[in-house]
Amino acid sequence: MNAEALHFSLELVASLGQGLSSEQKAALRASMVLLERDYRFSRILFWGRIQGLQADYYIAQGCTQDQLYYRSVLYSLNCLDWSLLPPATEKMIQEASMVQGRFTGDPSHEYEYIGAKKTDDDEDAGPEEGEIKSIKEEARLVATIALIDKEGAVVPRGAFIRSPQGHIEINRSFQGLSMTEARKLSNYFHYTETLKPQIKTLQEKADLDLATDFLTSLEHDIPRVSWSLQFERGNSVLVMRSLMWPGLIFFHLPMTPHHGYIYIGNGQRNIDLPFML
Amino acid sequence: MAAPAYDSLLPGALDSSYLAPDFIPDSSAVPTTNTQELSVQNAKAFLLKTSTQSGLNLYDHLSRVLTRILNERPNNVVDIFEDISKEMKWLLFQKKLDSLRDQYAVRETYELAEKHKALFLKAGGDEQEAEEEMMETTLPYVTELAFHFEQAGVGLSRDETTRIFLALKQLVESQPIQKCRFWGKILGIEFNYIIAEVEYREGEDELDQEEEAEEMEQESELKDEEEKEEPEDEPPKSTYKPPPVIPKEENRTGTNKFSYLVCSEPGMPWVRLPMITPAQIVVARKIRKFFTGRLDAPVVSYPPFPGNEMNYLRAQVARISGGTQVSPLGFYQFGEEEEEEEEGAIRSSYEENPEFEGIPVLDMVENLSNWVHHVQHILPQGRCVWFNAYQKSEEEIEEEEDEEEEGDEPGEQEPEVGPPLLTPLSEDAEINQTPPWTARLSSHVVPQYALAILRSNLWPGAYAFTSNKKFENIYVGWGLKYNPENYSPPPPPMVMMEYPSGPEITEISDPTVEEEQALKAAQEEALEEEEEEEEEEEDEDDDDD
Repeated sequence: MNAEALHFSLELVASLGQGLSSEQKAALRASMVLLERDYRFSRILFWGRIQGLQADYYIAQGCTQDQLYYRSVLYSLNCLDWSLLPPATEKMIQEASMVQGRFTGDPSHEYEYIGAKKTDDDEDAGPEEGEIKSIKEEARLVATIALIDKEGAVVPRGAFIRSPQGHIEINRSFQGLSMTEARKLSNYFHYTETLKPQIKTLQEKADLDLATDFLTSLEHDIPRVSWSLQFERGNSVLVMRSLMWPGLIFFHLPMTPHHGYIYIGNGQRNIDLPFML
Repeated sequence: MAAPAYDSLLPGALDSSYLAPDFIPDSSAVPTTNTQELSVQNAKAFLLKTSTQSGLNLYDHLSRVLTRILNERPNNVVDIFEDISKEMKWLLFQKKLDSLRDQYAVRETYELAEKHKALFLKAGGDEQEAEEEMMETTLPYVTELAFHFEQAGVGLSRDETTRIFLALKQLVESQPIQKCRFWGKILGIEFNYIIAEVEYREGEDELDQEEEAEEMEQESELKDEEEKEEPEDEPPKSTYKPPPVIPKEENRTGTNKFSYLVCSEPGMPWVRLPMITPAQIVVARKIRKFFTGRLDAPVVSYPPFPGNEMNYLRAQVARISGGTQVSPLGFYQFGEEEEEEEEGAIRSSYEENPEFEGIPVLDMVENLSNWVHHVQHILPQGRCVWFNAYQKSEEEIEEEEDEEEEGDEPGEQEPEVGPPLLTPLSEDAEINQTPPWTARLSSHVVPQYALAILRSNLWPGAYAFTSNKKFENIYVGWGLKYNPENYSPPPPPMVMMEYPSGPEITEISDPTVEEEQALKAAQEEALEEEEEEEEEEEDEDDDDD
């Protein structure tokens, strides 16, 4: 969520039961502004918090000119001192998926896991016992943030447009979804470049707008019920919680351009979801 | 026409720096006055052509768009020109698009606002009543609780807290409640549950009366069943004996110590959750389900859950309370009367310690043994006090003496024992190297006024705070326990034997030729012997004659 409207936005997603204390909010307000100056970001977003056993990671994302691509991710343990994280690679995500258990809160903590041996080279050899590998918590953090962004980052339709030059920009004419539109999952998009828009039905193609519909809508997510969509505060705020990533919450005030998402959780995907519906 | 010149510039026009602000594309063309007028008229006529689909024409549209742009003067207008144009078209259409559905959504909002407004109205109280209320109230101070938890970064938004506060006030005023506490909130897919933990005044509890009535009913039902005639030609009976049903704990004891009331939105009526049975707790431990938010929704699961979501919610509330309700050491103490009782008995009640001095916050954070559970541990059986299900009544013992041959009775079981009440948290077991609790200070900048915050890692969403003599617990979350490994539903039980296997039905391997011959020889011998015997007998008979 936008750092400038952090206070306001956090109040809207408070139904999650988790938020930031007033001290943390005040600290973030100061440190994120400085962060924006030091890294020359055009916009800075407060992304959320990943809770560890000993300490929590506070995460911010900075955008340069483009709103979607090349976002820098930073983390902090005390809401004041920030460190830049490297971009996530496929290998990192693959390795991090082998690790189970909670985050500890120590970025240099090393997890040990038994790596699966690649069977591409020696298929005849059969499954062998993999060697014990280790991964740093920092790398796991990077991978987790990338995964959550891929599966949980949400924007309403029309909030961003792709300019003729290919940049993703904030749509300044976005007036918010209407109350009826806000009830439909098809009006929300995964805010990620890694997912390709799915093949659309004829009806969808009919009112396709290339400038706004360059992302995948949540409608086709598997399983079908992976979002809990509710209206709160006397029907004035739309709140959408991810069931796949408990702790991820998206809000949108219909008829206004305000929207955002935040993640406050353990950093673990709910893989039991198919059993839980 | 200036079109060709403009066209040649188009590719470059994408780069905004190429377009100087004083660039005028028309300046190159200088036709004569007559032809110029004619072409202008032609162009205007073309622009004024009304569209067959929308009934608009470009001339009016452009003038409207330009008027709006000049009125509003937004920055970098060329980037959003398309959108403004589109919006102007939408504005023209909006009157016709007015639909009933939008109005319906608005009406819903009004209904909710109506309910919220009712919370603020006084329930027709006189001034005298108000004074009485001031004197003695069972209403929890939710606002203060929210203030403390806000420092921990936990809790609901301020106006939601206020509404819950008012809803609790309504509850306390309308029902005979002795003790009331805001337990927390459980998130559901469609709606959420706001949960209040209450204790009714003795004798005024509806459930007490209901229970008696239920018992009467059950007795009469039993009689009815006995009276029923059995059909003559009945199918073979199953030999399956269900495990004995473990009775639920009585109201005000063990897992049913408190009653819980829920509502999905402050202002909605409070619904009382039914009493919990041990079977529900046992099954709830084995399943993992999201709440839908509708109390009457079925719980589709394996193993099958006895009851609907109302019972599931109650089971989860009991489990969360049993695992996460904690207080500072020494805040509660055991009553003196009970200490005199036998040592073997499990103490189930406690009272507030009037001499509690409070523990320094730093000690609370550094040492988990300063925190104690003040809710009884729920045994694997699903009760707080162990119940011997195989205890036999006299009649049963007599019956069993007759049936002693079977001999496969489970017999006496080891009683399950859990940690006693007020056990320190430092004794809690770790799960997969995850410590069950995380304690920290609410503020590192101003530790003088900081609170001690305790976070449960087993039940994400359960928090406790303490400072000086105050402490409180809250739960806001999905109502699910932390699962370090993937959930896999328990496998179905083994297939039962269709019939008892005995010698009559087991297949015997065919005898070999030698065996047959041996048998034949044996039979022949036997025959011969018999014949001989018969002959002898005949001889004897002859002798008699």
